[in-house]
Amino acid sequence: MILGALELKNISKSFGNVEVLKDINLDVNEGEFIIFVGPSGCGKSTLLRIIAGLEDATGGEVIISGKNVSALPPSKRGIAMVFQTYALYPHLTVRGNMALGLKQAGTPKAEINQRVELACDLLSLDELIERRPAELSGGQRQRVAIGRAIVRKPELFLFDEPLSNLDAALRVNTRLEIARLHKQLGATMVYVTHDQVEAMTLADRIVVLNETRVEQIGSPMELYNNPANEFVAGFIGSPKMNFIDAERLGIRDAKTIGIRPEHIKADYEKGDWPGQIIHVEHLGSDTNLYVDTKVANPLSVRLFGNHDFKAGETIHMTPLADKTYYFDNDGERVVPADK
Amino acid sequence: MNRARQNIFNMIAAHTLLLAYMVLALFPVFIILINSFKTRRAIFRHPLMPPDTDSFSLTGYETVLKQGDFLHYFQNSMIVTVVSLFFILLFGAMAAFALAEYRFKGNSWMGLYLALGIMIPIRIGTVSILQIMVATGLVNTLTALILVYTAQGLPLAVFILTEFMKQVSNDLKNAGRIDGLSEYAIFFKLVLPLVRPAMATVAVFNMIPIWNDLWFPLILAPAEETKTLTLGSQVFIGQFVTNWNAVLAALSMAIIPVMTLYVFFSRQLIRGITAGAVK
Ligand SMILES: Nc1ncnc2c1ncn2[C@@H]1O[C@H](COP(=O)(O)OP(=O)(O)OP(=O)(O)O)[C@@H](O)[C@H]1O
Ligand SMILES: [Mg+2]
Repeated sequence: MILGALELKNISKSFGNVEVLKDINLDVNEGEFIIFVGPSGCGKSTLLRIIAGLEDATGGEVIISGKNVSALPPSKRGIAMVFQTYALYPHLTVRGNMALGLKQAGTPKAEINQRVELACDLLSLDELIERRPAELSGGQRQRVAIGRAIVRKPELFLFDEPLSNLDAALRVNTRLEIARLHKQLGATMVYVTHDQVEAMTLADRIVVLNETRVEQIGSPMELYNNPANEFVAGFIGSPKMNFIDAERLGIRDAKTIGIRPEHIKADYEKGDWPGQIIHVEHLGSDTNLYVDTKVANPLSVRLFGNHDFKAGETIHMTPLADKTYYFDNDGERVVPADK
Repeated sequence: MNRARQNIFNMIAAHTLLLAYMVLALFPVFIILINSFKTRRAIFRHPLMPPDTDSFSLTGYETVLKQGDFLHYFQNSMIVTVVSLFFILLFGAMAAFALAEYRFKGNSWMGLYLALGIMIPIRIGTVSILQIMVATGLVNTLTALILVYTAQGLPLAVFILTEFMKQVSNDLKNAGRIDGLSEYAIFFKLVLPLVRPAMATVAVFNMIPIWNDLWFPLILAPAEETKTLTLGSQVFIGQFVTNWNAVLAALSMAIIPVMTLYVFFSRQLIRGITAGAVK
């Protein structure tokens, strides 16, 4: 029998009269990398804090490694957390920061030292070990924060937007580092982010949250290829999926038609939807077009490689037939009878 | 070029203004100091002149050190001020932490209640305070003064410190909780060091009024062995004759300990190791 690393049962949370989370259920397998995404204010951090025990749920149970920990304090839950703001202890050195939790738990000194040194090795922090947080760069501070989590040898790592205070280049590096750590440690990780790229590249499974609910849970490719509803379809993928009023296309059995920008062909001569280019973005690897058409304005189109389209030109667009999505009145995905 | 010139101009203007203010603020202190070293006659004839060979005299200091138990008064004042400040800071910070950190019923009412004392002068309650002290047998003890000054200082301390504690990063406190620190450890080890500048501000605010107070020592602890410095100096101010040499000398000496405390606290105002904790 495989014990689930983390199980959430009917978690709900209200602040006063405001309901932030409602009936959240989730099963996380051992060693899995789970990412929470969702618009700002949908309760991702709140859910993570409930798992950590920093916030009491209004209802429901948190089960870690088969044990109901709902009534345990954070330090007894077998978790470690990395915060967006690093949250290092300003008066302690790197070593002190990493060692504090173990000292508090009464770990023998020799073992503390050994674990701290191992973590420093893993994160290339050896030379900084006697420095204080004020003497470190942002990226180094975040590595120390990750190190502080590692030395605890937790059953569950929690990350709350750990990369959002870093600049773009550092973010990529640290992202790779976290992916490497996940493989190396084989640990279960729950990670909150705004960033789609982070979610798509790191996650085994993504949990899409929106307004108190879980919209869909699935692997990145499942969410991309098979979104359960309009919200998930619009949230995953960049540029965002085009939504077209079904009536304009003369389709009866759906309310909205969704088509991703990369699933539209553009041609000067012929195609289904003629239109005028409003704006062109050249990204080198891709070219994004925004086109004023009868069906949608703007219709975004993503073409691979370089193209010489210019704003003001008239072109014809054709959607790839088997890559269109149908949604009903409630935004739920439907499969039309003739498909 | 233009900009640099303007900066220099601004700098000179700012310094001139600050220097002028400093002269203005220090002038009375300066007058007290120079006159404390002069003969009585010179004090009245040329109050603004520094002492010269003719007018130089240490009579004031001699009188003060001989008459009365001046050092003892000094010690009383010091004990009352330091212990009161300690309790104001300790209890003020603890109440502020509870108000800033925990969500409980009546939190904001409690905060308002604790801050109410800022607007109501404690001297209004002098009669009741005296009755309480008499009933508890605390009259003519330093404890009486310490209790009153602690009560007097708490409202503002709670009010100021609550605002500062609210700004301490939640992530930092939560990191401590995950590492197994108790709420006390979080308060003493993580939060207090970060609000040190605010604590120093509160200390400086409270120190001077306590040190200078004449009202409560006169009413609650006028006995010889509990006299404070301010009260002790009053022996030189008579209804008909005032020994100005002695008064000025006593005042000059009274400045030293407050200055020392002030320098100590203002050093705390400079942010040290706090930078780089979060973000
Ligand atoms: N202590 C609190 N008291 C009252 N409301 C709160 C409290 N903490 C969070 N909320 C509310 O709960 C909701 C969810 O907050 P949360 O921080 O979990 O959002 P989030 O999904 O992490 O957002 P972001 O992506 O911006 O970090 C928000 O609407 C917020 O206003
Ligand atoms: Mg958040």
